[in-house]
Amino acid sequence: MDLYNNDKSTSKIKRAESVNERIPDGLFLACPYCGTQMYNKQLGAYRVCANCGYGFRLQARERIELLTESFDELDADVTMTHPDFPGYADKLQRAKDQTNLGESVLTGVATIKEQRVALGIMDSYFMMGSLGSMTGEKITRLFEHATSNRLPVVLFTASGGARMQEGMNSLMQMAKVSAAVAEHQEAGLLYLVVLTDPTTGGVTASFAMQADITLGEPHALVGFAGARVIESTIHEKLPKDFQRVETLLKNGFVDDIVPRPELAEKIATLVKFHQVTEE
Amino acid sequence: MAVNIGLKLFKRELTPKDIVKKSREDRFLAREIINGIFTDFVELHGDRLSGDDTSVIGGIARLNDQPVTVIAIDKGVDIHDKLSKRNGSPEPWGYRKAQRLMQQANKFHRPIVTFINTPGAFPGKTAEAQGQGEAIAQSILLSMKLTVPMIAIIYGEAGSGGALALATSDQVWMFQNSTYSILSPEGFASILWKDSKRSDEAAALMGLTPKDLLEKQVIDYIIPESRNHPRVFSLIRKRLDNEFKQLNSLTPEELMKQRRARFRAF
Ligand SMILES: [Zn+2]
Repeated sequence: MDLYNNDKSTSKIKRAESVNERIPDGLFLACPYCGTQMYNKQLGAYRVCANCGYGFRLQARERIELLTESFDELDADVTMTHPDFPGYADKLQRAKDQTNLGESVLTGVATIKEQRVALGIMDSYFMMGSLGSMTGEKITRLFEHATSNRLPVVLFTASGGARMQEGMNSLMQMAKVSAAVAEHQEAGLLYLVVLTDPTTGGVTASFAMQADITLGEPHALVGFAGARVIESTIHEKLPKDFQRVETLLKNGFVDDIVPRPELAEKIATLVKFHQVTEE
Repeated sequence: MAVNIGLKLFKRELTPKDIVKKSREDRFLAREIINGIFTDFVELHGDRLSGDDTSVIGGIARLNDQPVTVIAIDKGVDIHDKLSKRNGSPEPWGYRKAQRLMQQANKFHRPIVTFINTPGAFPGKTAEAQGQGEAIAQSILLSMKLTVPMIAIIYGEAGSGGALALATSDQVWMFQNSTYSILSPEGFASILWKDSKRSDEAAALMGLTPKDLLEKQVIDYIIPESRNHPRVFSLIRKRLDNEFKQLNSLTPEELMKQRRARFRAF
């Protein structure tokens, strides 16, 4: 592993104005979790609620700015033929225009506090972070790249679930990524997930719940079935924090909850524990 | 072959909407299938962690002479049974029972046959608290690592991750009048158009019939149905026997590689 060969001037990705940057500083916002009102600029660089610690939803590129020293994007130009579903092509194009992303996940090789990792970040602003076949393809390739280059994988999940317009292809991504996770696992490499708001549906039922170590951001919504579906099934209202990461921690499905400003340090510490010694 | 072509001339082909309806009619029952195909079925209960989900029947049986592990989602027989099995919607401990039996099969080099008929994993409060997502995720991951042959057979409806959890296998077969989809047509219509009543339209669009899925290579074989159930079972028995012989001729590494490649193609 050579940390010094990383040419930072070329590895830094081009920045495009994100969804959040378009919000004026003086705008009054309410925390989606606790409801506290605050000025946009009060959220600070990490966009965290001063009252409850909830991390406002970030775009993938904003996350990279906050988290990494360098980032070399992988598979930026990968394309796949999409199923011909009514209205889908338009929807996809709109998502691309709005987010400056090609798909709902951004992948690459990054350094986080000097640790080299294969990094994937899902973007909930891109069609709710839904799992399309290209999303699955990019994550699969990230794992494959990590396995052949003996890198840990750090994956930030954010997803509304399956991409309905892609039907069975979307479902098959859960299996496809899982196969790549299995291979990475067998190579003895670390897979670390950070659950961010919201992580639901097919992503929860596959690679979000297959990591060696699972972290979560405060108050992130994490679940399999939608709250409304559960409530209409059991005919009762769910408690307030039922699908929040604090409840998952209590129930044993998360290793730790880490405030956003501390994530880089925590990830680097965990990656160092699993450093692969070269023979 | 010739018979099939001949039949098509006289029989109107069912529309996706018709197949959705038929797939929910319980024409075949889990225990009937198990006892019809295999002999000496011994049922094994529990996940060793939190309970026994009766909507997932599991155990060991003989396929002709060969011991196999059988895992079947059961919708239940009468209304009482159906209620207690949530119409075939497994709880997390159902999937964990399946995982336990899959691991056991792997240890004793037994092929695995799964039978799937579920609207989806149960969206309940306890299910969620006990990690429904994690249970499905681990079932899929485990399936990717097993070195014994696995064949999944969909015999009714197969909805979403709750079906996929038992269908990440070397081959997936479907009964002629069954469906496999990302979500029920009702759920699909209500998410996409905010109108669950447009489910027939959704069914037509979703590509959930065996024919559609065979074309897309999501499945490998369509099991022709007949009112004569023993005939259907005998056909499945023969085919399973054949396919397992073929799959058993591969090394464990080849088998695993081939299974992973099957899903890598999507
Ligand atoms: Zn707050």
